[in-house]
Amino acid sequence: MSSGRYSGFRLLREAMAGHQGWRRAWHPAEAKPHYRIAIIGGGGHGLASAYHLAKTYGIRDIAVLEQGAIGQGNLGRNTTIVRSNYFTAPNIRFYDAALQGWERFEQELNFNAMVSQRGTLNLIHTEGQRDLFARRANAMALEGVDAEYVDPAGVKALVPLVELTNARYPVLGGFLQRRGGTVRHDAVGWAYARAASDLGVDIVEHTGVIGITPGHPITLSTTAGPVTAERVLLAVAGHSSTLAAMAGFRLPIETYALQAFVTESVKPVLDLVVTYGGGHFYASQSDKGGIVFGGATDGHNSYAQRGSWPQVEETMTAGLTLMPALSRLKVLRQWAGVMDMSMDGSPIVSDTPVPHLYLSTGWCYGGFKAIPAGGLVAAHLVATGTPHPLAEHFRLGRFRAGAQIDERGAGPYPWAH
Amino acid sequence: MLRIPCPHCGVADEAEFRYRGDASVTRPPADAGVDAFHDYVFLRDNPAGWHLEWWQHAHGCRATFQVKRHTVSHVIAWSGWPGEAPP
Repeated sequence: MSSGRYSGFRLLREAMAGHQGWRRAWHPAEAKPHYRIAIIGGGGHGLASAYHLAKTYGIRDIAVLEQGAIGQGNLGRNTTIVRSNYFTAPNIRFYDAALQGWERFEQELNFNAMVSQRGTLNLIHTEGQRDLFARRANAMALEGVDAEYVDPAGVKALVPLVELTNARYPVLGGFLQRRGGTVRHDAVGWAYARAASDLGVDIVEHTGVIGITPGHPITLSTTAGPVTAERVLLAVAGHSSTLAAMAGFRLPIETYALQAFVTESVKPVLDLVVTYGGGHFYASQSDKGGIVFGGATDGHNSYAQRGSWPQVEETMTAGLTLMPALSRLKVLRQWAGVMDMSMDGSPIVSDTPVPHLYLSTGWCYGGFKAIPAGGLVAAHLVATGTPHPLAEHFRLGRFRAGAQIDERGAGPYPWAH
Repeated sequence: MLRIPCPHCGVADEAEFRYRGDASVTRPPADAGVDAFHDYVFLRDNPAGWHLEWWQHAHGCRATFQVKRHTVSHVIAWSGWPGEAPP
């Protein structure tokens, strides 16, 4: 049963009727024995892929198999930031398609995801960093994507909390993308699950995959019994290697824990998303008033969905160096998700050594922002068997071909991130 | 906080160490070909379980050594010098 269209009029009507008329946003499905397409993983990318397969490619016989509940994996653990300020041209095109997807998201999916284009500001602390950001801004401008340089006075006007005269890392300026911002992350999952369910996709929660038998069809052993499917998409983030091992191959992926934190609620003090260039720290203020912030990964292989203490200290130290006033706030919660860190820091949306088995992985700690485009390109790949033009550079074979993506200048080792 | 047993200095906090990745991979012979080097450089077992890995005691003796650690529970079962194998 559909949940019906959401609107201001509907809200008013339900309010008059005591809010008794709301129905489940998506139909809770049981796994059937056979599907045309099975998607393993009900996170942002899995759900967006299901939605695009049904909406854009007209395939309705789809199951999304989710081990837990929708929104309780990395989709509900990220820091909700969206932006498209990348450097290489193919990545700028891909991530800006995602950002344009966010701009259309609420109208297209009829769901209030609190898309807020408040701007993302990357701070600059050294001359070299300024040159790099200028180069990145120019690369973006060549692709028609907005980016601008902000001088220190401009930074202070945008974010009064920032300490400009830090002795070690004085703020020399900022790199601003005004179209960047935040999106309420769990609403994204609910919106895609609702839209996909309305199109006939089975959203099967609390059903984990414990075995994959290649063949045609591919047989999945699940906690609810065997499920066969003509084509299978793996969209399981940090657990990609585990699922790939079930199917008999290895990936250029290591799994790392990434932490995030939120403070008590305060009055609005931070209008946009700010990242620190002197250390690894980024922050924004949620609509509830909490400062949501995070830093680097824990730095070693980990499937533990909790953080390590040295990284807590590292993140807090960086944050207080940049915005000393934050020291007055209490941290309410700290959590971690497990990330699929690829060997060149860019995603893998690709076919695999197993026929009819496809991958959407390697999103590292930047998967959330990519969801609208990631779902589209993964759906295109699964529906047609060929890469989407926006994602040809994300193929798995790039590592063997020596065509890794030199996006961040980081070394090709996850432990260097 | 991991408490890492350095074979030279003894147990110390994780903050003194630097992680150096998977210790189970071995470099193939120079003439092994592209596929062997691709597997060596890029592919990892990445287990949710026991993992053999390199750590360097960067703020101690600076030695690099092996640790066998569980990637879910973070229990450390063994540490040893390069060339040694866990029991």
